[in-house]
Amino acid sequence: MENLNGYLIISAILFSIGTIGVLTRKNAIVIFMCVEMMLNAVNLTFVALSRHLGNLDGQVFVFFVMTVAAAEAAVGLALMIAFYNNKESIDVDDINLMKW
Amino acid sequence: METLFFLIVSLVAIISAILVVTCRNPINSALSLILTFFCLATYYVMLDAPFLAAVQVMVYAGAIMVLIVFTIMLLNIRVNASKSQSHKIVLGSVIGFFTLLNTAVIVFKSRVALPNGPLTGDIIKQQGHTELIGREMFTTFLLPFEITSILLLVAIVGAVILAKKKI
Repeated sequence: MENLNGYLIISAILFSIGTIGVLTRKNAIVIFMCVEMMLNAVNLTFVALSRHLGNLDGQVFVFFVMTVAAAEAAVGLALMIAFYNNKESIDVDDINLMKW
Repeated sequence: METLFFLIVSLVAIISAILVVTCRNPINSALSLILTFFCLATYYVMLDAPFLAAVQVMVYAGAIMVLIVFTIMLLNIRVNASKSQSHKIVLGSVIGFFTLLNTAVIVFKSRVALPNGPLTGDIIKQQGHTELIGREMFTTFLLPFEITSILLLVAIVGAVILAKKKI
């Protein structure tokens, strides 16, 4: 457990790639997957720093992040299916009405 | 040896993460994302957190990705070759690059505090990671744990209501 900076840099790279994906892609499911990747990058930071500091709090926090990600997956994918039933598409460009 | 292994896993993680963003077909993106999750599980093993690695594989690579792949196949979206799949690539890439630059500067400029907790590699090997994390979760973090269960209940109810045609 010497190269703490290596883990942090990997985490930063994954987070940035996820950011690019969220900002550039049009498919809502791909955007969703990129958000999951960003959450995972943050989890890696939590675990690396928790191990470095010798404190378990960060790893317990990773659990809560995973729970939120699971809840987000369930609700988000249900939303996408509901949207697809109405519009026959999941491009974020087509999501432009509050009510129809 | 460990450094070499770390570099190989990093290479795989970064390439699969780039594939998630660049693949045109969402299924290919999903499979690359599973590979990224496995690489992260490998990192957790290297960081003496085997229980978290198992949870990562089961919850992320198992449950969440199955849900995503299931949705992709259920919706059966055809990839339209003529239509553009992305927008504002340059702007998004610049913003992503500056995010990376920012975090890299923070990582290299800052000094991390010295280890101050009781946890060392020996203690983890002696007591077991699962036992340590379970004890922490059910004593110090008992209230957040219970609130998490309520969050999951809300998610279940919300998903059922959203997916249902008529309530």
